[in-house]
Amino acid sequence: MRMLITVAVVVLTVAITTTAQAFCGFYVARADTSLFNRASQVVLVRDADRTVITMANDFRGAVEDFAVVIPVPTFIERGQINVADRALVEHLDAYTAPRLVEYHDPDPCARYELRKNSQMSDAALPSSVQEGDLAGRSQGVTIEASYTVGEYDILILSASESDGLIEWLKENNYNIPKGAERVVGSYLKQDMRFFVAKVNLAEQSKLGYSYLRPLQVAYESNKFMLPIRLGTLNANGKQELYVYALTRTGRVETTNYRTVKLPSDTEVPEFVQAEFAEFYRDMFARQTIQENERAVFLEYAWDMAWCDPCAADPMSQDELRRLGVFWTADDSNGRFAPSQSPAQNVFVTRLHLRYDREHFPEDLMFQETGDRQNYQGRYIIRHPYKGTTSCDASQYKTSVRDRQEREAQALANLTGWNIDEIRSKIPRIDGITPEPVVTPWWKRIWQ
Amino acid sequence: MCMGTTTCHAPRFRDPRFYQVAVLGLLLCYGIVALDFGIRWQNALAILAAAQFTQFLGTRAAGLSRFDPLSALITSMSLTLLLRTDVIALATLAAVIAIGSKFLIRIRGKHVFNPANAALVSLMLISDKAWVSSGQWGSAAIGALALACLGFMVLTRAKRSETTIAFATTYAVLLVGRALWLEDPLTIPLHQMQNGALLIFAFFMISDPKTSPDARGGRLLFGALVASIAYTIQFIFYEPNGPILALIMSAPFVPLIDAVLQGQLYRWKQPAGNPATQIKGVF
Repeated sequence: MRMLITVAVVVLTVAITTTAQAFCGFYVARADTSLFNRASQVVLVRDADRTVITMANDFRGAVEDFAVVIPVPTFIERGQINVADRALVEHLDAYTAPRLVEYHDPDPCARYELRKNSQMSDAALPSSVQEGDLAGRSQGVTIEASYTVGEYDILILSASESDGLIEWLKENNYNIPKGAERVVGSYLKQDMRFFVAKVNLAEQSKLGYSYLRPLQVAYESNKFMLPIRLGTLNANGKQELYVYALTRTGRVETTNYRTVKLPSDTEVPEFVQAEFAEFYRDMFARQTIQENERAVFLEYAWDMAWCDPCAADPMSQDELRRLGVFWTADDSNGRFAPSQSPAQNVFVTRLHLRYDREHFPEDLMFQETGDRQNYQGRYIIRHPYKGTTSCDASQYKTSVRDRQEREAQALANLTGWNIDEIRSKIPRIDGITPEPVVTPWWKRIWQ
Repeated sequence: MCMGTTTCHAPRFRDPRFYQVAVLGLLLCYGIVALDFGIRWQNALAILAAAQFTQFLGTRAAGLSRFDPLSALITSMSLTLLLRTDVIALATLAAVIAIGSKFLIRIRGKHVFNPANAALVSLMLISDKAWVSSGQWGSAAIGALALACLGFMVLTRAKRSETTIAFATTYAVLLVGRALWLEDPLTIPLHQMQNGALLIFAFFMISDPKTSPDARGGRLLFGALVASIAYTIQFIFYEPNGPILALIMSAPFVPLIDAVLQGQLYRWKQPAGNPATQIKGVF
């Protein structure tokens, strides 16, 4: 049996389908859920020194290979670990995902009230099937508690020496990545502790789940942080990490890395609707490089009570509590009407980073700020009016042509895509003869 | 700031605070234009105006002979660089607390708290709508910032930079020592030191000659004390903003240190006709 150490393994979705009625545009985004490989999603619920962390993963290895060794910032005991419903993380992902919205130009010859539509649909997520195996006996390491939660066998380890823990893991057939001993040793000296979670095949088949559900841990610690160093050890290349912070006061940011807002509210050409996944992936890659690969990107910061436009409904009180939000009222029936419901006192921050050991040498340290300004990754397409016109619409058509050129340039800037290819994909409306756009010869030399 | 030789040699530009204004001004411009790291111009204006107004009132109330806008300007710029809030009233209050504390809380002819530091800590205590964003400078900016700070020290031939040196050295030794103890790679303490807010703190806040001890030995002791407390807050209690909290906790020790180690009280400008002593320190 071969097992892997990993910190948190997750399924990721970036942006979800749906169209919702909203005055900030119609939501039309669709992005492939397998947009990024090796992505993890972590929900951090935090108020004062209480934290509930939920870790979801997209582990895609052989079924019997799966096991996670998870560092936690403090001692934990039996009962502080739980298994969550994966739909909770999926809902949070959908609610906070970067979104594409669309507007239709009105008839330039008539006063026209913008008609609004809405439709909602949920993205189907791919699921991965994993199994695990039971551990061997302890040697040099005390197993504080060993019990089964849902489909997981949990072992809480009380090692105080890294070599003891590493030896124990090796003897129990865990494949330890090179360098793990040092990191484990460093964590132990910082009073961090570990637990091991493996899939109990019998329980999994009894429960009927064909995928791994997220693990949750509740603990009290001053450390508002996420240990990422172990995860960089066995990684092939860079990893994607999404952190959703649910707090009472306001936006969460990293204190030891720059937190940068992704460019937003940009108008892009119409064809981006069909290529939103590629657009988003390439834009993120380009922004990452522009920040020297050392930045954490803010993708969403919003009061959980509402959204505009909504990529998905805000989460209900019940869902939030199951994610660990312990300060919301108990008497909610879980129903949600975004425009009427009272503020829930939950502020959500979605952070996205692409990390490796070289660019993110240190664990992520966070702080909660007092900033409650709403921010969302929002991209806009404007459809030109394509109906018949009863007047001379040449002025309108010229403005559309100018706008399309601006959109092409904005898209090229955001993604690094070839401007001529972008231009060739922009449809021209009837009657418009596009002026030949000449790219200066010197611009093409170094492309 | 200092474009021509004639101007630079004019006596009034010997005041090191002009250099400080220039460097802080550049940092502010860079932060707003290039980094977009959350500085609101409305806050900047409110802080600037409130600081000057409070300085004016304080000057009148204390019966001082002349109104000196420079120190209040520097405090305003430090506050603008470090303080984040969406509430303009809080930004204004910060400036009033900063300058007000200078006139109201005094021992042995010196104000006790660094004005910007007192304002930052007060606001963080009384409101959850104000915070310090310490990680927003980015690695590219850090290099430029470090250069600007060091250049500033060289330019002003800093004679009161012992506090900065003692703080930076002690903090670096503690961070590297921690990494060695944890057997962490040295990229980690290096990364921890590449923090824009830490540099601004070390070069423009803790170094304030008005609130640091008068004697050289006292300043060395003070710098090391602040670094030790900052380290304790940040890496033993795992709370953010270690240096800023450490400075306010260390400030009450300054009168004690001054009582034990005698030194010369700092004045921004010496009387004319004594050019050799005109530059007494960095700030």
